[in-house]
Amino acid sequence: MKVMGYELPLMSSLIVWAILWEILGQMDVSILLPPLSAVLVKMVEIIPTQAFLSALAVTARGFLTGTILAALIGVPLGILMGKSIIVDRMLLPWVNMFLSAPLSALVPVLMVLFGIGEQTVIITTLLFAVWIIMLNARAGVMQISPSLVEMARSFGATPWQAFREIYFWAALPEIIAGVRIGLLRAVKGVIIGQLLVSIIGFGRLFELYSTNFLMPHFWAILLVLFFFAFLFAEIFAVLERRVRYYASNRT
Amino acid sequence: MSMQQTAAVLDRSQTDAAVAVRGVTKIYEGNVKALENMTLDFPRGQLTSLLGPSGCGKTTLLKIIAGLIPATGGEVLVNGRAVKGPGRDRAFVFQDFALMPWATVLRNVGFGLELRGVPQSEREAVSERYIKAVGLSGFEQSFPHQLSGGMRQRVGLARALAVDADVLLMDEPFSAVDEQNRRKFQEDMLALVEQEKKTFIFVTHSIEEAVYVSDKVAVLLPRPSRVSEVIEPKIDRSVSPDAMRRDPDYLDTVERIWTALRTYVE
Repeated sequence: MKVMGYELPLMSSLIVWAILWEILGQMDVSILLPPLSAVLVKMVEIIPTQAFLSALAVTARGFLTGTILAALIGVPLGILMGKSIIVDRMLLPWVNMFLSAPLSALVPVLMVLFGIGEQTVIITTLLFAVWIIMLNARAGVMQISPSLVEMARSFGATPWQAFREIYFWAALPEIIAGVRIGLLRAVKGVIIGQLLVSIIGFGRLFELYSTNFLMPHFWAILLVLFFFAFLFAEIFAVLERRVRYYASNRT
Repeated sequence: MSMQQTAAVLDRSQTDAAVAVRGVTKIYEGNVKALENMTLDFPRGQLTSLLGPSGCGKTTLLKIIAGLIPATGGEVLVNGRAVKGPGRDRAFVFQDFALMPWATVLRNVGFGLELRGVPQSEREAVSERYIKAVGLSGFEQSFPHQLSGGMRQRVGLARALAVDADVLLMDEPFSAVDEQNRRKFQEDMLALVEQEKKTFIFVTHSIEEAVYVSDKVAVLLPRPSRVSEVIEPKIDRSVSPDAMRRDPDYLDTVERIWTALRTYVE
Protein backbone atom coordinates (compact mmCIF):
# COMPACT_ATOMS: atom_id res chain seq x y z
CA MET A 1 0.00 0.00 0.00
CA LYS A 2 1.20 3.52 -0.79
CA VAL A 3 0.31 6.65 1.10
CA MET A 4 1.51 10.00 -0.25
CA GLY A 5 4.15 8.30 -2.32
CA TYR A 6 5.60 6.23 0.52
CA GLU A 7 5.49 2.45 0.44
CA LEU A 8 4.04 1.39 3.79
CA PRO A 9 5.44 -1.75 5.38
CA LEU A 10 3.18 -4.78 5.75
CA MET A 11 0.83 -4.64 8.72
CA SER A 12 1.39 -0.94 9.28
CA SER A 13 -2.34 -0.73 10.01
CA LEU A 14 -1.59 -2.72 13.17
CA ILE A 15 0.73 0.07 14.30
CA VAL A 16 -2.07 2.60 13.93
CA TRP A 17 -4.36 0.46 16.05
CA ALA A 18 -1.65 -0.14 18.62
CA ILE A 19 -1.09 3.60 19.02
CA LEU A 20 -4.85 4.18 19.31
CA TRP A 21 -5.06 1.45 21.95
CA GLU A 22 -2.20 3.00 23.94
CA ILE A 23 -3.80 6.47 23.88
CA LEU A 24 -7.22 5.17 24.95
CA GLY A 25 -5.59 3.07 27.66
CA GLN A 26 -3.61 6.04 29.02
CA MET A 27 -6.81 8.10 29.03
CA ASP A 28 -8.30 5.54 31.42
CA VAL A 29 -11.47 5.16 29.35
CA SER A 30 -12.42 1.85 30.91
CA ILE A 31 -11.07 -0.62 33.40
CA LEU A 32 -11.47 -3.20 30.64
CA LEU A 33 -8.88 -1.47 28.46
CA PRO A 34 -5.48 -1.06 30.10
CA PRO A 35 -2.75 0.63 28.01
CA LEU A 36 -1.05 -1.65 25.47
CA SER A 37 2.33 -1.00 27.10
CA ALA A 38 1.03 -2.34 30.43
CA VAL A 39 -0.30 -5.41 28.62
CA LEU A 40 3.04 -6.02 26.94
CA VAL A 41 4.89 -5.64 30.24
CA LYS A 42 2.48 -8.11 31.81
CA MET A 43 2.97 -10.47 28.88
CA VAL A 44 6.74 -10.55 29.36
CA GLU A 45 6.12 -11.09 33.05
CA ILE A 46 3.69 -14.03 32.79
CA ILE A 47 5.12 -15.91 29.83
CA PRO A 48 7.93 -17.55 31.85
CA THR A 49 5.62 -18.54 34.72
CA GLN A 50 4.80 -22.17 35.33
CA ALA A 51 1.05 -21.50 35.17
CA PHE A 52 1.35 -19.97 31.71
CA LEU A 53 3.69 -22.57 30.27
CA SER A 54 1.62 -25.52 31.44
CA ALA A 55 -1.53 -23.79 30.14
CA LEU A 56 0.22 -23.28 26.82
CA ALA A 57 1.27 -26.95 26.69
CA VAL A 58 -2.25 -28.18 27.46
CA THR A 59 -3.78 -25.80 24.94
CA ALA A 60 -1.29 -26.64 22.23
CA ARG A 61 -1.92 -30.34 22.81
CA GLY A 62 -5.68 -29.94 22.61
CA PHE A 63 -5.44 -27.67 19.60
CA LEU A 64 -3.04 -29.85 17.62
CA THR A 65 -4.79 -33.13 18.42
CA GLY A 66 -8.18 -31.64 17.57
CA THR A 67 -7.01 -30.07 14.33
CA ILE A 68 -5.06 -33.08 13.11
CA LEU A 69 -8.07 -35.30 13.81
CA ALA A 70 -10.30 -32.79 12.01
CA ALA A 71 -8.04 -32.89 8.95
CA LEU A 72 -7.68 -36.69 9.02
CA ILE A 73 -11.45 -37.13 9.20
CA GLY A 74 -12.55 -34.09 7.22
CA VAL A 75 -10.34 -34.42 4.14
CA PRO A 76 -11.17 -38.04 3.19
CA LEU A 77 -14.87 -37.58 4.01
CA GLY A 78 -14.99 -34.35 2.02
CA ILE A 79 -13.33 -36.07 -0.96
CA LEU A 80 -15.83 -38.92 -0.71
CA MET A 81 -18.68 -36.40 -0.65
CA GLY A 82 -17.34 -34.77 -3.79
CA LYS A 83 -16.97 -38.15 -5.51
CA SER A 84 -20.17 -39.88 -4.54
CA ILE A 85 -23.63 -38.38 -4.80
CA ILE A 86 -24.96 -40.90 -2.27
CA VAL A 87 -22.38 -39.99 0.39
CA ASP A 88 -22.97 -36.33 -0.40
CA ARG A 89 -26.74 -36.62 0.04
CA MET A 90 -26.22 -38.46 3.32
CA LEU A 91 -23.71 -36.08 4.88
CA LEU A 92 -24.33 -32.63 3.43
CA PRO A 93 -27.34 -31.73 5.59
CA TRP A 94 -25.37 -32.58 8.72
CA VAL A 95 -22.31 -30.67 7.59
CA ASN A 96 -24.37 -27.58 6.84
CA MET A 97 -26.23 -27.87 10.12
CA PHE A 98 -23.09 -28.20 12.23
CA LEU A 99 -21.33 -25.48 10.27
CA SER A 100 -23.89 -22.94 11.41
CA ALA A 101 -24.90 -24.55 14.70
CA PRO A 102 -23.93 -22.84 17.97
CA LEU A 103 -21.37 -25.49 18.88
CA SER A 104 -20.64 -23.88 22.25
CA ALA A 105 -24.09 -25.00 23.34
CA LEU A 106 -23.05 -28.55 22.61
CA VAL A 107 -20.05 -28.52 24.94
CA PRO A 108 -22.03 -29.31 28.13
CA VAL A 109 -23.42 -32.38 26.36
CA LEU A 110 -19.90 -33.34 25.34
CA MET A 111 -18.82 -32.99 28.94
CA VAL A 112 -21.39 -35.56 29.94
CA LEU A 113 -20.10 -37.91 27.24
CA PHE A 114 -16.36 -37.34 27.50
CA GLY A 115 -15.86 -36.04 31.02
CA ILE A 116 -14.60 -32.72 32.30
CA GLY A 117 -11.14 -32.64 30.85
CA GLU A 118 -8.90 -32.64 27.81
CA GLN A 119 -10.99 -35.11 25.84
CA THR A 120 -13.95 -32.76 25.74
CA VAL A 121 -11.67 -29.92 24.64
CA ILE A 122 -10.23 -32.04 21.83
CA ILE A 123 -13.70 -33.04 20.62
CA THR A 124 -14.85 -29.41 20.77
CA THR A 125 -11.84 -28.32 18.71
CA LEU A 126 -12.53 -31.09 16.24
CA LEU A 127 -16.17 -30.06 15.92
CA PHE A 128 -15.23 -26.44 15.31
CA ALA A 129 -12.73 -27.27 12.56
CA VAL A 130 -13.94 -30.37 10.76
CA TRP A 131 -16.99 -29.08 8.85
CA ILE A 132 -15.31 -26.36 6.89
CA ILE A 133 -12.44 -28.75 6.07
CA MET A 134 -14.99 -31.23 4.71
CA LEU A 135 -16.81 -28.62 2.67
CA ASN A 136 -13.61 -27.33 1.13
CA ALA A 137 -12.29 -30.78 0.23
CA ARG A 138 -15.69 -31.49 -1.32
CA ALA A 139 -15.58 -28.27 -3.35
CA GLY A 140 -12.05 -29.12 -4.44
CA VAL A 141 -13.11 -32.51 -5.75
CA MET A 142 -16.21 -31.17 -7.47
CA GLN A 143 -14.16 -28.87 -9.71
CA ILE A 144 -11.89 -31.70 -10.93
CA SER A 145 -11.94 -31.93 -14.70
CA PRO A 146 -13.89 -35.12 -15.56
CA SER A 147 -11.34 -36.03 -18.19
CA LEU A 148 -8.61 -36.23 -15.54
CA VAL A 149 -10.69 -38.87 -13.78
CA GLU A 150 -11.32 -40.67 -17.08
CA MET A 151 -7.60 -40.48 -17.78
CA ALA A 152 -6.80 -42.28 -14.53
CA ARG A 153 -9.44 -44.93 -15.24
CA SER A 154 -8.32 -45.46 -18.82
CA PHE A 155 -4.76 -46.09 -17.63
CA GLY A 156 -6.07 -48.68 -15.22
CA ALA A 157 -6.11 -46.81 -11.90
CA THR A 158 -7.80 -48.68 -9.05
CA PRO A 159 -10.30 -46.61 -7.03
CA TRP A 160 -7.70 -46.24 -4.29
CA GLN A 161 -5.05 -45.08 -6.79
CA ALA A 162 -7.47 -42.57 -8.29
CA PHE A 163 -8.29 -41.30 -4.80
CA ARG A 164 -4.65 -40.93 -3.80
CA GLU A 165 -3.08 -39.79 -7.08
CA ILE A 166 -5.85 -37.71 -8.66
CA TYR A 167 -8.62 -36.62 -6.31
CA PHE A 168 -6.36 -35.67 -3.43
CA TRP A 169 -3.89 -33.68 -5.51
CA ALA A 170 -6.50 -32.03 -7.71
CA ALA A 171 -8.34 -30.86 -4.61
CA LEU A 172 -5.20 -29.90 -2.69
CA PRO A 173 -5.45 -26.11 -3.12
CA GLU A 174 -8.99 -26.15 -1.69
CA ILE A 175 -7.99 -28.67 0.99
CA ILE A 176 -5.18 -26.44 2.22
CA ALA A 177 -7.48 -23.39 2.22
CA GLY A 178 -10.02 -25.44 4.20
CA VAL A 179 -7.45 -26.54 6.76
CA ARG A 180 -6.28 -22.94 7.13
CA ILE A 181 -9.80 -21.74 7.93
CA GLY A 182 -10.30 -24.85 10.05
CA LEU A 183 -7.23 -23.95 12.09
CA LEU A 184 -8.62 -20.53 12.92
CA ARG A 185 -11.90 -22.09 13.95
CA ALA A 186 -9.97 -24.65 15.99
CA VAL A 187 -8.34 -21.85 17.97
CA LYS A 188 -11.83 -20.68 18.88
CA GLY A 189 -12.87 -24.26 19.60
CA VAL A 190 -10.02 -25.07 21.93
CA ILE A 191 -10.53 -21.89 23.97
CA ILE A 192 -14.31 -22.19 24.14
CA GLY A 193 -13.92 -25.82 25.16
CA GLN A 194 -11.45 -24.89 27.85
CA LEU A 195 -13.57 -21.96 29.06
CA LEU A 196 -16.60 -24.15 29.50
CA VAL A 197 -14.64 -26.99 31.07
CA SER A 198 -12.81 -24.16 32.89
CA ILE A 199 -10.30 -26.22 34.81
CA ILE A 200 -7.56 -26.52 32.21
CA GLY A 201 -5.31 -24.51 29.93
CA PHE A 202 -5.87 -20.98 28.76
CA GLY A 203 -9.56 -21.38 29.50
CA ARG A 204 -8.74 -21.64 33.19
CA LEU A 205 -6.46 -18.61 32.99
CA PHE A 206 -9.08 -16.58 31.11
CA GLU A 207 -11.64 -17.54 33.71
CA LEU A 208 -9.26 -16.63 36.54
CA TYR A 209 -8.20 -13.27 35.08
CA SER A 210 -11.59 -12.07 33.91
CA THR A 211 -13.42 -12.88 37.12
CA ASN A 212 -10.72 -11.04 39.07
CA PHE A 213 -10.62 -8.14 36.61
CA LEU A 214 -6.93 -8.69 35.90
CA MET A 215 -7.29 -7.04 32.52
CA PRO A 216 -3.59 -6.69 31.57
CA HIS A 217 -3.21 -10.44 32.22
CA PHE A 218 -6.34 -11.13 30.20
CA TRP A 219 -5.23 -9.09 27.21
CA ALA A 220 -1.69 -10.49 27.38
CA ILE A 221 -2.98 -14.04 26.99
CA LEU A 222 -5.34 -12.98 24.24
CA LEU A 223 -2.46 -11.38 22.33
CA VAL A 224 -0.36 -14.54 22.70
CA LEU A 225 -3.26 -16.54 21.36
CA PHE A 226 -3.76 -14.14 18.49
CA PHE A 227 -0.09 -14.47 17.66
CA PHE A 228 -0.32 -18.26 17.47
CA ALA A 229 -3.47 -18.24 15.39
CA PHE A 230 -1.87 -15.75 13.02
CA LEU A 231 1.29 -17.85 12.81
CA PHE A 232 -0.59 -21.05 11.91
CA ALA A 233 -2.74 -19.28 9.36
CA GLU A 234 0.34 -17.74 7.77
CA ILE A 235 2.12 -21.10 7.52
CA PHE A 236 -0.84 -22.47 5.63
CA ALA A 237 -1.11 -19.36 3.50
CA VAL A 238 2.48 -20.03 2.41
CA LEU A 239 1.54 -23.63 1.56
CA GLU A 240 -1.43 -22.32 -0.37
CA ARG A 241 0.81 -20.09 -2.44
CA ARG A 242 3.04 -23.06 -3.20
CA VAL A 243 0.20 -24.97 -4.88
CA ARG A 244 -1.23 -21.87 -6.52
CA TYR A 245 0.88 -22.50 -9.62
CA TYR A 246 -1.50 -25.21 -10.63
CA ALA A 247 -4.68 -24.15 -8.87
CA SER A 248 -5.55 -21.83 -11.73
CA ASN A 249 -4.42 -24.27 -14.41
CA ARG A 250 -6.48 -27.30 -13.60
CA THR A 251 -8.89 -27.40 -16.49
CA MET B 1 5.62 -46.37 -47.24
CA SER B 2 6.24 -48.09 -50.58
CA MET B 3 3.38 -49.34 -52.70
CA GLN B 4 4.25 -52.91 -51.92
CA GLN B 5 4.10 -52.36 -48.18
CA THR B 6 0.84 -50.51 -48.53
CA ALA B 7 -0.58 -53.42 -50.43
CA ALA B 8 0.62 -55.81 -47.76
CA VAL B 9 -1.00 -53.79 -45.00
CA LEU B 10 -4.23 -53.47 -46.95
CA ASP B 11 -4.22 -57.18 -47.63
CA ARG B 12 -3.76 -58.00 -43.96
CA SER B 13 -6.53 -55.60 -43.08
CA GLN B 14 -9.02 -57.75 -44.91
CA THR B 15 -8.58 -60.50 -42.36
CA ASP B 16 -7.20 -58.91 -39.24
CA ALA B 17 -9.15 -56.31 -37.28
CA ALA B 18 -7.45 -55.11 -34.09
CA VAL B 19 -10.75 -53.65 -32.94
CA ALA B 20 -14.14 -54.91 -34.05
CA VAL B 21 -17.33 -53.07 -33.15
CA ARG B 22 -20.31 -55.45 -33.37
CA GLY B 23 -23.82 -54.04 -33.33
CA VAL B 24 -23.07 -51.52 -30.60
CA THR B 25 -25.99 -49.50 -29.30
CA LYS B 26 -25.78 -46.78 -26.70
CA ILE B 27 -28.83 -45.23 -25.14
CA TYR B 28 -28.23 -42.50 -22.59
CA GLU B 29 -30.56 -41.71 -19.72
CA GLY B 30 -33.79 -40.18 -20.95
CA ASN B 31 -33.88 -42.48 -23.97
CA VAL B 32 -31.31 -40.48 -25.93
CA LYS B 33 -29.92 -42.70 -28.65
CA ALA B 34 -26.26 -41.94 -29.19
CA LEU B 35 -25.46 -45.05 -31.23
CA GLU B 36 -27.70 -47.57 -32.91
CA ASN B 37 -26.52 -50.98 -34.03
CA MET B 38 -23.10 -49.76 -35.12
CA THR B 39 -20.75 -52.27 -36.77
CA LEU B 40 -17.25 -51.30 -37.83
CA ASP B 41 -13.81 -52.89 -38.14
CA PHE B 42 -10.53 -51.19 -37.35
CA PRO B 43 -7.68 -52.89 -39.24
CA ARG B 44 -4.48 -53.61 -37.36
CA GLY B 45 -1.55 -51.27 -37.84
CA GLN B 46 -3.62 -48.60 -39.55
CA LEU B 47 -5.01 -45.24 -38.65
CA THR B 48 -8.78 -45.15 -38.95
CA SER B 49 -10.65 -41.90 -38.44
CA LEU B 50 -14.16 -41.50 -37.11
CA LEU B 51 -15.39 -38.39 -38.87
CA GLY B 52 -18.71 -36.69 -38.54
CA PRO B 53 -20.66 -33.67 -37.40
CA SER B 54 -21.19 -33.11 -33.70
CA GLY B 55 -23.85 -35.38 -32.28
CA CYS B 56 -22.99 -38.32 -34.52
CA GLY B 57 -21.75 -40.34 -31.56
CA LYS B 58 -18.10 -40.56 -32.59
CA THR B 59 -16.71 -39.72 -29.15
CA THR B 60 -19.27 -42.02 -27.53
CA LEU B 61 -18.08 -44.86 -29.75
CA LEU B 62 -14.45 -44.13 -28.89
CA LYS B 63 -15.18 -44.14 -25.16
CA ILE B 64 -17.07 -47.42 -25.47
CA ILE B 65 -14.05 -48.93 -27.23
CA ALA B 66 -11.90 -47.53 -24.42
CA GLY B 67 -14.16 -49.21 -21.87
CA LEU B 68 -14.83 -45.87 -20.19
CA ILE B 69 -18.58 -46.10 -20.74
CA PRO B 70 -20.56 -49.32 -21.16
CA ALA B 71 -22.52 -50.07 -24.33
CA THR B 72 -26.25 -50.62 -23.95
CA GLY B 73 -26.13 -53.40 -26.54
CA GLY B 74 -23.69 -55.19 -28.83
CA GLU B 75 -20.04 -55.73 -28.12
CA VAL B 76 -16.56 -54.46 -28.86
CA LEU B 77 -13.75 -56.95 -29.50
CA VAL B 78 -10.12 -55.92 -29.06
CA ASN B 79 -7.77 -58.59 -30.38
CA GLY B 80 -10.77 -60.93 -30.29
CA ARG B 81 -11.57 -60.34 -26.62
CA ALA B 82 -14.72 -58.55 -25.54
CA VAL B 83 -14.20 -55.18 -23.84
CA LYS B 84 -15.38 -55.15 -20.21
CA GLY B 85 -13.61 -51.97 -19.12
CA PRO B 86 -10.35 -50.11 -19.61
CA GLY B 87 -7.45 -52.41 -20.42
CA ARG B 88 -3.73 -52.47 -21.09
CA ASP B 89 -4.29 -53.17 -24.79
CA ARG B 90 -5.69 -49.66 -25.28
CA ALA B 91 -4.42 -46.17 -24.46
CA PHE B 92 -6.37 -42.92 -24.69
CA VAL B 93 -5.37 -39.44 -25.85
CA PHE B 94 -7.75 -36.79 -24.55
CA GLN B 95 -9.16 -33.77 -26.31
CA ASP B 96 -8.31 -31.49 -23.37
CA PHE B 97 -4.98 -33.28 -22.74
CA ALA B 98 -5.96 -34.42 -19.20
CA LEU B 99 -2.51 -33.81 -17.76
CA MET B 100 -1.89 -33.65 -14.04
CA PRO B 101 -1.03 -29.97 -13.48
CA TRP B 102 0.89 -30.76 -10.30
CA ALA B 103 3.24 -33.22 -12.00
CA THR B 104 6.21 -32.67 -14.30
CA VAL B 105 6.19 -33.75 -17.95
CA LEU B 106 8.34 -36.73 -16.96
CA ARG B 107 5.89 -37.92 -14.32
CA ASN B 108 2.85 -37.25 -16.53
CA VAL B 109 4.30 -39.34 -19.35
CA GLY B 110 5.16 -42.15 -16.93
CA PHE B 111 1.80 -42.07 -15.15
CA GLY B 112 0.37 -45.12 -16.90
CA LEU B 113 3.47 -47.11 -16.00
CA GLU B 114 3.40 -45.74 -12.45
CA LEU B 115 -0.14 -47.05 -12.01
CA ARG B 116 1.10 -50.47 -13.11
CA GLY B 117 3.81 -50.43 -10.48
CA VAL B 118 6.76 -50.17 -12.87
CA PRO B 119 9.85 -49.16 -10.83
CA GLN B 120 10.79 -45.48 -11.04
CA SER B 121 14.10 -45.82 -12.88
CA GLU B 122 12.56 -48.04 -15.52
CA ARG B 123 9.50 -45.89 -16.14
CA GLU B 124 11.63 -42.75 -16.31
CA ALA B 125 13.83 -44.36 -18.92
CA VAL B 126 10.77 -45.29 -21.00
CA SER B 127 9.22 -41.85 -20.46
CA GLU B 128 12.38 -40.08 -21.56
CA ARG B 129 12.44 -42.13 -24.74
CA TYR B 130 8.88 -41.14 -25.66
CA ILE B 131 9.35 -37.53 -24.61
CA LYS B 132 12.15 -37.52 -27.17
CA ALA B 133 9.99 -39.29 -29.76
CA VAL B 134 7.32 -36.57 -29.59
CA GLY B 135 9.96 -33.84 -29.75
CA LEU B 136 9.87 -32.56 -26.18
CA SER B 137 13.46 -33.28 -25.11
CA GLY B 138 14.59 -30.74 -22.55
CA PHE B 139 11.09 -30.25 -21.12
CA GLU B 140 11.16 -33.29 -18.81
CA GLN B 141 11.08 -31.19 -15.66
CA SER B 142 8.59 -28.60 -16.96
CA PHE B 143 5.05 -28.41 -15.68
CA PRO B 144 2.05 -28.50 -18.03
CA HIS B 145 1.15 -24.84 -17.43
CA GLN B 146 4.57 -23.87 -18.75
CA LEU B 147 3.85 -25.52 -22.12
CA SER B 148 1.79 -24.44 -25.12
CA GLY B 149 -1.37 -26.36 -26.08
CA GLY B 150 0.45 -28.24 -28.82
CA MET B 151 3.23 -29.26 -26.46
CA ARG B 152 0.74 -30.38 -23.83
CA GLN B 153 -0.91 -32.68 -26.32
CA ARG B 154 2.50 -34.08 -27.22
CA VAL B 155 2.81 -34.99 -23.54
CA GLY B 156 -0.61 -36.67 -23.76
CA LEU B 157 0.53 -38.61 -26.81
CA ALA B 158 3.81 -39.63 -25.17
CA ARG B 159 1.89 -40.87 -22.13
CA ALA B 160 -0.33 -43.02 -24.34
CA LEU B 161 2.67 -44.39 -26.27
CA ALA B 162 4.64 -45.12 -23.09
CA VAL B 163 2.27 -47.88 -21.93
CA ASP B 164 2.88 -49.69 -25.24
CA ALA B 165 -0.76 -50.51 -25.91
CA ASP B 166 -1.75 -52.11 -29.24
CA VAL B 167 -4.50 -49.60 -29.87
CA LEU B 168 -4.30 -45.84 -29.49
CA LEU B 169 -7.61 -44.04 -29.10
CA MET B 170 -7.44 -40.34 -29.88
CA ASP B 171 -10.38 -38.08 -29.12
CA GLU B 172 -10.06 -34.94 -31.27
CA PRO B 173 -6.47 -34.61 -30.12
CA PHE B 174 -5.75 -31.47 -32.13
CA SER B 175 -8.95 -29.53 -31.63
CA ALA B 176 -7.51 -27.53 -28.73
CA VAL B 177 -4.24 -26.89 -30.56
CA ASP B 178 -3.75 -23.79 -32.69
CA GLU B 179 -3.65 -24.14 -36.47
CA GLN B 180 0.11 -23.84 -37.11
CA ASN B 181 0.96 -26.29 -34.36
CA ARG B 182 -1.77 -28.61 -35.55
CA ARG B 183 -0.24 -28.97 -39.02
CA LYS B 184 3.20 -29.68 -37.62
CA PHE B 185 1.68 -32.11 -35.14
CA GLN B 186 -0.24 -33.96 -37.86
CA GLU B 187 2.95 -34.38 -39.86
CA ASP B 188 4.80 -35.67 -36.81
CA MET B 189 1.97 -38.03 -36.07
CA LEU B 190 2.13 -39.61 -39.51
CA ALA B 191 5.78 -40.40 -38.83
CA LEU B 192 4.84 -41.90 -35.46
CA VAL B 193 2.06 -44.02 -36.92
CA GLU B 194 4.55 -45.52 -39.33
CA GLN B 195 7.19 -46.01 -36.67
CA GLU B 196 5.05 -47.43 -33.90
CA LYS B 197 3.10 -50.03 -35.92
CA LYS B 198 0.08 -49.56 -33.70
CA THR B 199 -3.60 -49.35 -34.48
CA PHE B 200 -4.81 -45.77 -34.24
CA ILE B 201 -8.45 -44.78 -33.89
CA PHE B 202 -8.80 -41.10 -34.41
CA VAL B 203 -11.89 -39.02 -33.77
CA THR B 204 -12.11 -35.70 -35.58
CA HIS B 205 -14.61 -33.28 -37.03
CA SER B 206 -12.11 -31.88 -39.53
CA ILE B 207 -12.45 -33.42 -42.99
CA GLU B 208 -9.01 -32.23 -44.09
CA GLU B 209 -7.40 -33.63 -40.98
CA ALA B 210 -9.11 -36.99 -41.38
CA VAL B 211 -8.11 -37.34 -45.03
CA TYR B 212 -4.60 -36.14 -44.36
CA VAL B 213 -3.73 -38.55 -41.54
CA SER B 214 -5.93 -41.60 -42.17
CA ASP B 215 -5.60 -44.93 -43.91
CA LYS B 216 -9.36 -45.24 -43.57
CA VAL B 217 -12.05 -42.69 -42.86
CA ALA B 218 -15.36 -43.86 -41.43
CA VAL B 219 -17.92 -41.15 -42.10
CA LEU B 220 -20.59 -41.15 -39.40
CA LEU B 221 -23.98 -39.50 -39.75
CA PRO B 222 -26.24 -38.42 -36.91
CA ARG B 223 -29.89 -39.04 -36.00
CA PRO B 224 -29.96 -42.00 -36.11
CA SER B 225 -26.24 -42.45 -35.76
CA ARG B 226 -24.78 -44.69 -38.45
CA VAL B 227 -21.75 -45.33 -40.64
CA SER B 228 -22.51 -43.66 -43.93
CA GLU B 229 -19.43 -44.89 -45.78
CA VAL B 230 -15.85 -45.97 -45.26
CA ILE B 231 -13.38 -44.18 -47.49
CA GLU B 232 -9.77 -45.15 -48.04
CA PRO B 233 -7.88 -42.07 -49.15
CA LYS B 234 -5.33 -43.34 -51.68
CA ILE B 235 -2.75 -40.67 -51.18
CA ASP B 236 0.93 -41.01 -51.85
CA ARG B 237 2.46 -40.27 -48.44
CA SER B 238 6.02 -40.50 -49.67
CA VAL B 239 5.95 -36.92 -50.95
CA SER B 240 6.38 -33.82 -48.81
CA PRO B 241 3.47 -32.78 -46.58
CA ASP B 242 2.87 -29.68 -48.67
CA ALA B 243 2.77 -31.63 -51.90
CA MET B 244 0.37 -34.03 -50.26
CA ARG B 245 -2.01 -31.21 -49.39
CA ARG B 246 -2.05 -30.20 -53.07
CA ASP B 247 -2.49 -33.76 -54.34
CA PRO B 248 -5.66 -33.96 -56.51
CA ASP B 249 -6.60 -37.27 -54.84
CA TYR B 250 -6.42 -35.59 -51.46
CA LEU B 251 -8.57 -32.68 -52.61
CA ASP B 252 -11.08 -35.00 -54.34
CA THR B 253 -11.48 -37.11 -51.22
CA VAL B 254 -12.06 -34.03 -49.09
CA GLU B 255 -14.67 -32.84 -51.61
CA ARG B 256 -16.39 -36.23 -51.68
CA ILE B 257 -16.75 -36.37 -47.90
CA TRP B 258 -17.94 -32.77 -47.77
CA THR B 259 -20.66 -33.62 -50.29
CA ALA B 260 -21.81 -36.49 -48.10
CA LEU B 261 -21.85 -34.37 -44.96
CA ARG B 262 -23.11 -31.00 -46.17
CA THR B 263 -26.78 -31.88 -45.86
CA TYR B 264 -26.26 -32.45 -42.14
CA VAL B 265 -24.82 -29.03 -41.49
CA GLU B 266 -27.39 -26.53 -40.36
